[in-house]
Amino acid sequence: MNEMLATAPARPSAGLGPRHAASDGPILRVSNLEVTYYTDSGRAKALDDVSFTLNSGEKLGMVGESGSGKSTLALAMMRMIKAPGRIEGGSVVVGGGDLMTLGAEDMRKARLSRIAYIPQGAMNSLNPVMRIGAQMIDAVKSHLPREGRAAIEARCKRALQSVDLDAGVFRMYAHELSGGMKQRVCIAIGILLDPHVIIADEPTSALDVVTQRQVMETIDNVQKAINAAVILIGHDMGLMAQFVDKVAVMYAGRLVEVSTVREMFTDPKHPYSRALISSLPSLGNKGVFQGIPGLAPSLLRLPSGCAFHPRCESAMPHCSTIRPQQQVLPGGRRVTCHLYDGEA
Amino acid sequence: MADLLRLENVSKVYSHGIINAHSTIALRNFSLTLKEDEPTILTVAGESGSGKTTLAMLLLGFITASAGQIIYRGKNIASLHGAEKMAYRREVQAVFQDPFAVFNPFYPVDHLLTVPIKRFGLAKSKADARNKMEEALTAVGLRPEDILGRFPHQLSGGQRQRINVARALLLKPRLLIADEPVSMVDASLRATILETLRNLQRDHGVSIIYITHDLTTAYHIAKSIIVLYRGSVMEAGDVDRVITDPQHPYTQLLVDSIPWPNLDQRWGAQPIKAREAGGSSDGCRFRSRCPMAMEICKEDPPLFRIDERHAASCFLHEKRPEIAKAALSELLPV
Repeated sequence: MNEMLATAPARPSAGLGPRHAASDGPILRVSNLEVTYYTDSGRAKALDDVSFTLNSGEKLGMVGESGSGKSTLALAMMRMIKAPGRIEGGSVVVGGGDLMTLGAEDMRKARLSRIAYIPQGAMNSLNPVMRIGAQMIDAVKSHLPREGRAAIEARCKRALQSVDLDAGVFRMYAHELSGGMKQRVCIAIGILLDPHVIIADEPTSALDVVTQRQVMETIDNVQKAINAAVILIGHDMGLMAQFVDKVAVMYAGRLVEVSTVREMFTDPKHPYSRALISSLPSLGNKGVFQGIPGLAPSLLRLPSGCAFHPRCESAMPHCSTIRPQQQVLPGGRRVTCHLYDGEA
Repeated sequence: MADLLRLENVSKVYSHGIINAHSTIALRNFSLTLKEDEPTILTVAGESGSGKTTLAMLLLGFITASAGQIIYRGKNIASLHGAEKMAYRREVQAVFQDPFAVFNPFYPVDHLLTVPIKRFGLAKSKADARNKMEEALTAVGLRPEDILGRFPHQLSGGQRQRINVARALLLKPRLLIADEPVSMVDASLRATILETLRNLQRDHGVSIIYITHDLTTAYHIAKSIIVLYRGSVMEAGDVDRVITDPQHPYTQLLVDSIPWPNLDQRWGAQPIKAREAGGSSDGCRFRSRCPMAMEICKEDPPLFRIDERHAASCFLHEKRPEIAKAALSELLPV
């Protein structure tokens, strides 16, 4: 496996060419991932037994309230969880190799080349005193030390082009760009090495609707060009409906439902997904405001049994005592709820 | 019928530099009237740089207009002093975008409510003040015992934003300026906050100017809408008509870009032209990005009346009757 890793960054593809899908089966397989934060006031289980798979070219939306563990999941997949957090178990298999077993140097090489992460507010993380080009070259050089200057530069310019930015941006500084352009620069950096998996954490939360649409269309295009799997983290269900193929709903550190986007919007299974869908504004139901009652629970004091039961409309007596397990329903949907006990 | 607020040809120009002075027109000849006895919710929509926050700052008196005047209940707000100014400060309240930035982390959240009570002398005694606070918090759907005495970092964004609305409620304002109040709040809490705002208008007779780039929430909460682009009014009217049947190419682009949570209602295919930095200051401000731009667009387009509750500032509607920009408010339903 280590041999494969050593060759991975030196893939002959010079960027953005359609990659030949390696083997069949999912490109990403996350199994039983667990993360705990050890805080002064107790242990908080931020990720609890999270498992899902994703194929090349698929787009998954990860939704949930603030504090439900969406960003922790992204950080855990990148192995970037910092103390007091700790990855307690599970595996993240990208294209055949488990990231959790890599050494620090191999993991550094895997980031960006196999799995890329565009963090929340990435556009504000560009170095203000370095030209955009220099920052991009830095990223490539640290992975492909032997590649020549001209080849690296060409790769960077192709990446800029693929996100609809002028090649002139290469010589610009961050302050010369608008918010949408900076966000697209971050996407360009993310795809420099044709990763198998791209994780975008709320890439448009600070942008207005028109720019948001431009950025999402950009992600869509580059994703198609390199046939990568994309995980879009966010809480805007409207954006999910426009962009993703599958939706995963997180609640208090657990995946409570994974469905295709159509199933999610037409027939949500988990009561939390149902509440989420019915709280959405649309053209048809003007003036109807239906929030989800109650508050998200604190991870330090999770309710017993199913963590959603105090807010759940369909709660049954045993929901407060027995923890539901994830079940695969006929058709491949995954739900973590006692309502579907016996249906799997 | 008295006017609560009247903006007469208000412009705001930001300039910098002394020798090669640059100036940016943030708001151009903006006129608006809100009636005193007809509380309404008016949306001002537009993307970043459209002048919506400049408008909020002008209304709150944080900056002064470069031209034109803002008349609040018969008095120009630039000339208010003493007790009149205090009354204005109480009657015109704001809810800002970032619920994390408005709290002082060193004080319990009560501070945000006790300061205005003291400052404006709203309560006769401590017990009375406590009652008023509890009443306001309950009205926005919070449990006072969960909130009072806590520090900001112990509360969620949605709770904090509702405390801001509670503060506005406590002061019984006549006008509330809500500048992107839900853009930083979880989608599941947006509905709750918007409902609170609507109840404020319906039950307490507060007029609300709802400033946003999110046409989805605008559609749900407001009666009327004004669409701004780089400081100029593009389209205005009844919110239903403007959003379901937009007439200005810019509004069409905005409406086309709304991510509706509906699988059968996809983003439009209309390509988006990049926004030109700076751009020309004459003529239609949207010209450089407009797919329908014509020669005549180099001139300033007046406002054309589409129907009795809808107007667009675009030469595509040249054949329609012109209306004066100052008469814009007459179109807006309340």
